[in-house]
Amino acid sequence: MAGELRDGRIVVVGASLAGLRAAETLREEGFTGSLTVVGDEPYPPYDRPPLSKQVLIGGVPADTTGLPTRRDPDADWRLGVAATGLDLLERRVLLADGESLPYDRVLIATGTRARPWPDAGEAALDGVFTLRTRDDASGLAERLDAGPGRVLVIGAGFTGSEIASACRERGLDVTVAERGPAPLVGALGGTLSQLAAVMHRGHGVDLRCGVTVTALLGDGNERFVGADLSDGTRVEADVCVVALGAVRNVEWLADSGLAAGARGIACDAGCRAFNMYGIVTDDVFVAGDVSRFPHPLFGYQMLSLEHWGNAVAQAEVAAHNMINPGPLQRPHLAVPTFWSTQFGLNIKSVGVPTYSDHVVIAQGSLEARRLAVVYGYRGRVTAAVTVDMAKSLDYYRHLIETAAPFPPPPGAADRAIAADVPIPSDVPDPKGLSHEPVVALTGHLPDRRLMVVQPTR
Amino acid sequence: MQIVVDLTRCQGYAQCVFLSPDVFQLHGQEGLLYAPSVPEDQVQRVRQAVAACPVQAILAGEEVAAGGG
Repeated sequence: MAGELRDGRIVVVGASLAGLRAAETLREEGFTGSLTVVGDEPYPPYDRPPLSKQVLIGGVPADTTGLPTRRDPDADWRLGVAATGLDLLERRVLLADGESLPYDRVLIATGTRARPWPDAGEAALDGVFTLRTRDDASGLAERLDAGPGRVLVIGAGFTGSEIASACRERGLDVTVAERGPAPLVGALGGTLSQLAAVMHRGHGVDLRCGVTVTALLGDGNERFVGADLSDGTRVEADVCVVALGAVRNVEWLADSGLAAGARGIACDAGCRAFNMYGIVTDDVFVAGDVSRFPHPLFGYQMLSLEHWGNAVAQAEVAAHNMINPGPLQRPHLAVPTFWSTQFGLNIKSVGVPTYSDHVVIAQGSLEARRLAVVYGYRGRVTAAVTVDMAKSLDYYRHLIETAAPFPPPPGAADRAIAADVPIPSDVPDPKGLSHEPVVALTGHLPDRRLMVVQPTR
Repeated sequence: MQIVVDLTRCQGYAQCVFLSPDVFQLHGQEGLLYAPSVPEDQVQRVRQAVAACPVQAILAGEEVAAGGG
């Protein structure tokens, strides 16, 4: 049977990081059949994190972030063609150009796209951008090169903060508007959000929290000139970047019968997709930002993560499981990890900071702008975030993996008094923020038993 | 040559910055920024950086040949 699984037809839908790493892993582990990778963008797989950092700061053109391969996956690349449907019964991926690709096993790695500004007319104004793709970054970098008078960034999550940081590095005036009480509060909670706010303001960002943008304004010639805020003020700007988080690319699966929704496609720890009845499929796999998967370290909640490292790790597990029989399959148990570089700080996270009730500052201090914050939930370590202390992160990862007690035991020489003083983690309801969470816990409460399936035709 | 650094793994040892400062730069104390597309005259230095990285976080290679087919 193992031999059979190493042959046949595999289609990977999604030609970004997860799709590429899956394709490589399939070949590395001995898949000899036909491999097709479908991508809606016309480009071979490229890396997205630099688009909000090096590319916007300048010096690195947006079209130079192509991902190197570990090996040539010897695939048939269908680029610039979106998948429009999945027929589970006939085992075919339907493409926008009318073609359909038969498969024996399929991997869904369609990722996310930028959440657009809700008013389509305002979003279409010249000077209004979102940032997710190479083309987005190229257009925005070009506009920043032209030296706009002011840039308005809507949303102070990681992407919005990195964009603001890059603009300040260029010497451009920036206003950041965020509905929540502080930048990054949705991902990191109250303590570190205070540091984030200080970093914004210390670097000259005009940071407006607790406000929403009520309208983007045009000059009559469809050119963006400013925005109205909910506090009655008006911001004049030449460029607007809408950084409201991401939308999962699941619409193409609406009629497929898979458990695909706004939080992604539900799958098991082996990356096998659930159908809408909660029955696991054995030939449809999911990896990367578009997936939701259960994690034993976080109460078996279904995690949906927008993390580079998760895309790689999950793609490798999915690929392994696509070509191995059940007893040889592996679970995706990697501890979530991500990083952000902004305002000269290196912020790294391990675990799930939002899965917490208290935090301690285990090393360093806010004043030093160098610290390690450990997050706990019901007396157990569930996450840690370091600011310019990346070398400590592995230690905290170990605490998370071993369900160490919270507050954590002494483990560092520079242990501060703060390490023994738990304070509320102060993670707000994501509904109160401008941007979508990059980590979403998507478990359901047992008292909500209603499930509605709404066919679209 | 294209490179990608697994910044989940990177711990800011900055060996790459010493070996190939035209490609790798620190942003602040330990945030690493780099040029993903390596200029021809830096390839040898980047190979050294790949080998020297204490956490083996740098992957160098070529983009996929995605001409279809």
